[in-house]
Amino acid sequence: MILDWTTFLLLLSAATPILLAALGETIVERAGVLNLGVEGMMITGALAGFAAAHATGSPAAGFLGGAVAGAALSLIFAALTQYLLTNQVATGLALTLFGLGLTAMFGKPYEGVKAPAMPGGPLGINWVVWLGLALVPVIWLVLNRTRAGLVLRAVGENHDAAHALGYKVRGVRVAAIAIGGALAGLGGAYVSIATVLQWTEGMTAGAGWIALAIVVFAGWSPWGVLAGAWLFGGVTVLQLRLQAAGVAVPVQLLSMAPYLATILVLVVISARQKYARSASGAAPGSLGRTFHATR
Amino acid sequence: MLRLEPRTAAPWWLGLAAPVLAVLATMLAGGLLFALMGFDPVAAIRTIFWDPLFGPAAGYSRPQLLVKAGPLVLIACGLAVGFRAGIWNIGAEGQYIVGGICGAAVALAAYPAEGAWIFPAMVLAGAAGGWAWGMIPAVLRNRFGASEILVSLMLVYVAQKLAAWAAFGPMRNPEGFGMPGSRNLQQYPPAANPELIAGTGIHWGVVAAGVAVLATWLLMSRHIRGFHIRAAGMAPRAARFAGVRPEALVAFCLGLSGALAGMAGLFEAAGPGGQITDSFGSGYGFTAIIVAFLGRLHPLGILLAGLLLALTYIGGELAQLMLSLPAATVQVFQGMLLFFLLAFDTLTRFRIRWGKAA
Amino acid sequence: MTASDLFQAQGLTKTYPGVRANDDVSFSVRPGEIHALLGENGAGKSTLVKMIYGLVRPDAGRMTLDGRPHAPADPRAARGAGVGMVFQHFSLFDALSVAENIALGMDAPPPRAELSRRIADVSAAYGLPLNPSRRVASLSAGERQRVEIVRCLLGRPRLLIMDEPTSVLTPQEAEILFATLRQLAAQGVAILYISHKLEEIRTHCDRATILRHGRVVGTVTPRDHSARELAAMMVGAEMRVVDRSGRQAGEVVLEVAGLTSAAGLDGTPLREVGFAVRAGEILGIGGVAGNGQEELIAALSGETTGRPGTVRLGGADVSALGPEARRRAGLLAAPEDRLGHAAVPEMSLTENAILTAATRQQLVRGGLIDHAAARRFAERVIAEFDVRTPGPGTAAGALSGGNLQKYVIGREILQEPRALVVNQPTWGVDASAAAAIRQALLDLAARGAAVVVISQDLDELLELSDRFAALNEGRLSAPVPTEGLTVEQIGLMLGGAHGMEVAHVAA
Repeated sequence: MILDWTTFLLLLSAATPILLAALGETIVERAGVLNLGVEGMMITGALAGFAAAHATGSPAAGFLGGAVAGAALSLIFAALTQYLLTNQVATGLALTLFGLGLTAMFGKPYEGVKAPAMPGGPLGINWVVWLGLALVPVIWLVLNRTRAGLVLRAVGENHDAAHALGYKVRGVRVAAIAIGGALAGLGGAYVSIATVLQWTEGMTAGAGWIALAIVVFAGWSPWGVLAGAWLFGGVTVLQLRLQAAGVAVPVQLLSMAPYLATILVLVVISARQKYARSASGAAPGSLGRTFHATR
Repeated sequence: MLRLEPRTAAPWWLGLAAPVLAVLATMLAGGLLFALMGFDPVAAIRTIFWDPLFGPAAGYSRPQLLVKAGPLVLIACGLAVGFRAGIWNIGAEGQYIVGGICGAAVALAAYPAEGAWIFPAMVLAGAAGGWAWGMIPAVLRNRFGASEILVSLMLVYVAQKLAAWAAFGPMRNPEGFGMPGSRNLQQYPPAANPELIAGTGIHWGVVAAGVAVLATWLLMSRHIRGFHIRAAGMAPRAARFAGVRPEALVAFCLGLSGALAGMAGLFEAAGPGGQITDSFGSGYGFTAIIVAFLGRLHPLGILLAGLLLALTYIGGELAQLMLSLPAATVQVFQGMLLFFLLAFDTLTRFRIRWGKAA
Repeated sequence: MTASDLFQAQGLTKTYPGVRANDDVSFSVRPGEIHALLGENGAGKSTLVKMIYGLVRPDAGRMTLDGRPHAPADPRAARGAGVGMVFQHFSLFDALSVAENIALGMDAPPPRAELSRRIADVSAAYGLPLNPSRRVASLSAGERQRVEIVRCLLGRPRLLIMDEPTSVLTPQEAEILFATLRQLAAQGVAILYISHKLEEIRTHCDRATILRHGRVVGTVTPRDHSARELAAMMVGAEMRVVDRSGRQAGEVVLEVAGLTSAAGLDGTPLREVGFAVRAGEILGIGGVAGNGQEELIAALSGETTGRPGTVRLGGADVSALGPEARRRAGLLAAPEDRLGHAAVPEMSLTENAILTAATRQQLVRGGLIDHAAARRFAERVIAEFDVRTPGPGTAAGALSGGNLQKYVIGREILQEPRALVVNQPTWGVDASAAAAIRQALLDLAARGAAVVVISQDLDELLELSDRFAALNEGRLSAPVPTEGLTVEQIGLMLGGAHGMEVAHVAA
């Protein structure tokens, strides 16, 4: 009863926003940048996507709008951290606070408005879910089998060495940040257009932070991100099912499940990485460090 | 081409100039934003930054300044200590909520008893609750290496659910006609945190904030532990060489900031807020992050920054009332302020030169 | 300059704020020669080669390669023109494989299989065996250098720049490297060899251009000059000879037995390390970087604590004590990395005095810092160790390497330790500061302290120490008297060629 086809579809759908955002953040972090603004980019994508879908009546335009808005917001982060060399942790936090404020301010007129209907797709799975699934092998291939992916990993692993070899560390990172922003925005738009079907303030409810945790859980690998996103999709759906089944646990406590599960997974994975110290699944060498080309 | 050159020593006034410039830039950008939205930018800026202090309704809004600044300063003082050491507690909001719940729980358990012990016990319980909530990420980081950023943040959501559960469940006011939310502690004198001097907005939380400013200033500038905290933030290996145990520092910083945030939560629950509701968290824990940065992680700076951000809260409410600006304007302002601050901070760390790239 | 020159530099000048790194530098390199670039730290060698490799653009002057103007905009252009460079601090990516690392150094890498074949070809031709699929993180220092060299050779350079390549090699490994370089030179490749190791340059290099304070002092044939003469040209003055007199070995002060520890970051665990140092004695510990030096000084300073009985000071067991408690007992240390380990770069010299002297100099009372006392102590260090700085309020990071090192060593010495452990005390320090530091260590020993000097500079160890021990893969050899020890013997103690094969040169 717990895992039938409908439940699986629900799981896929619940996992998609986190999958998209976490895939984007994987690219960003593999380039050596820690962008803690995922939540802010997602909520911005959720509102911009919803507004675009509402204005055009087309969910596709909505997703595009969400991605563009997410990328645009991420460029603020890119400008600050890559050109003005600000602290990545503080700047990412600022991005999240700014995104939450901005959407709360501009989102008022959209409250209570219904989203245009999502078209279905093959097997009753919509196209954005398919896109998220397809991106997993594509990103893996690009990262591990192409020149561009190699350069990106090199920049993230050791930015000084990459610079010494003549690679444009800043350019690679700005591009990665923008792609990460677009995917986070797309994930956010999925929440408003395809999952909740309306706009409410703060509706991403920490999904961006969970996506950040999943990147760590995944060991910076797209396949791991897929596993992590499904795990959280599963926890979310299970929790909803238990609520619906009228389990004798208060709703408020049940809805803690995704957050507690994130902490649990983070602990298990961190402990494994701390004690195993294996080269695979380790954080990129230059992650979160500011690059400044000196002499 | 524009190029940055690291400074080895910055003139002292640059450290003050960055926050001031950031505030001015925020006003400019904010004015622009209002103009785009079709509001009169000058009137809007004046309503937010001037009227709460000197406008016609200043008599009402001036005391509010300290009411709002109290928790911000109290929380930010603790956060700044950790930020100095490179320990990122961004879950103060959660510690604030749990502190409020724990403190209120003592009061509700004691109800309707009388006694001078009740309020001090509530303060202790609030601090202990916040401390415990802050120690969760500390222990998980020390034992397993889990990121304190993500864990403390996840615990904010957990705390919010906890508050909702408490408000609907065990702490619900039995005489509240089924409405969610606890008894109003303002109406239970032994547990209330009243205004101490009429018309000033000063309550025990404001007093505690003042003490926290002095205490953290003493800690960071005179005490060897503060010295070690600063060393650990700038050069972790050097700090270890000096004899600092990183685990002890993580526990100290997260515990301290948790306790202060928890206390702030209690003062709010027993004072201006009055009760635990399902939406008890009001964002002070996040705004305090901005206060800490805007105050340059210095207790005196935090005091000023706390007052400024309190002003934007009150001004924002006023602007909502007078000009029907959206309520979230304040949030946007705060986000922009942090951006501009980070950007202008670059000036203190680098010299900007025009010229060929090296 | 003759028409047969492969590379010429004329009037190269590069100024950074406050320093003229290169001032009107002119020299030339012929095809098939190994040409040394000799100079002290800060003489401008690195800036010069970075200009040739396109990482830095000169303010004035010009370069030609093969008679054509050479003004690379970036390293890619330099590689295209036929310049290859092997960096001092390896420009390798630990988490990537050998093949990926090599591909990153090429502008148009062939497909994987083809690349692996070509790596195998070059490896075989120059006796540099490599496994393309190995992760770089698992390679030894010598093997990592091979990766860099192979990466350069695949680009078929005509000018190969090597930045202090033997600083991470044992003498035997260095011999293997020179065999490869001579083979390349025989094929007409010009090699620009940066070093400050005089004997090595005298034995292996055809010509040497000497830099001092950014200017060319002259180009000479190193074989025709003694090491002393070369040093004098490099430093601009006769080297001061240290005074070793006046020391008498007393009781055992520092005793280490069965010391075993976990590996630090990218390091080697210590395996059953043991030695004893007497009062008035200097023990030299040599070894190639990454063989446990970091772990050893951490275990002695107290940053890592050990099993009971592994570290004793004056007979008392200090194994379980942390750094502050050990300092109180009289065991002091100065780690290798000045910026970020021995000192906090952003903090003032006064604050850096508090860092390690808080207890012994009573700079802290009841938890509160006595800033005046700290400033007085910092001023004493500055005065007695001739630290050139505007004052104790200056940030440590603003000092030159030599001055900061004098401050760091002076800070420990003025606390009159019973035992002092230093790691790389003169690394990256100019000659006069290095001489002053060495003399200060000898004087400390003469006053009755036990001193342990960990260093990769064999000449320094031979000059300072009474007994010598080698640290190799976390194991410490039995200490032997330094008198009469040769560089070859030391090389063997350091692990010889670490199993690296000698180049099989098919003439």
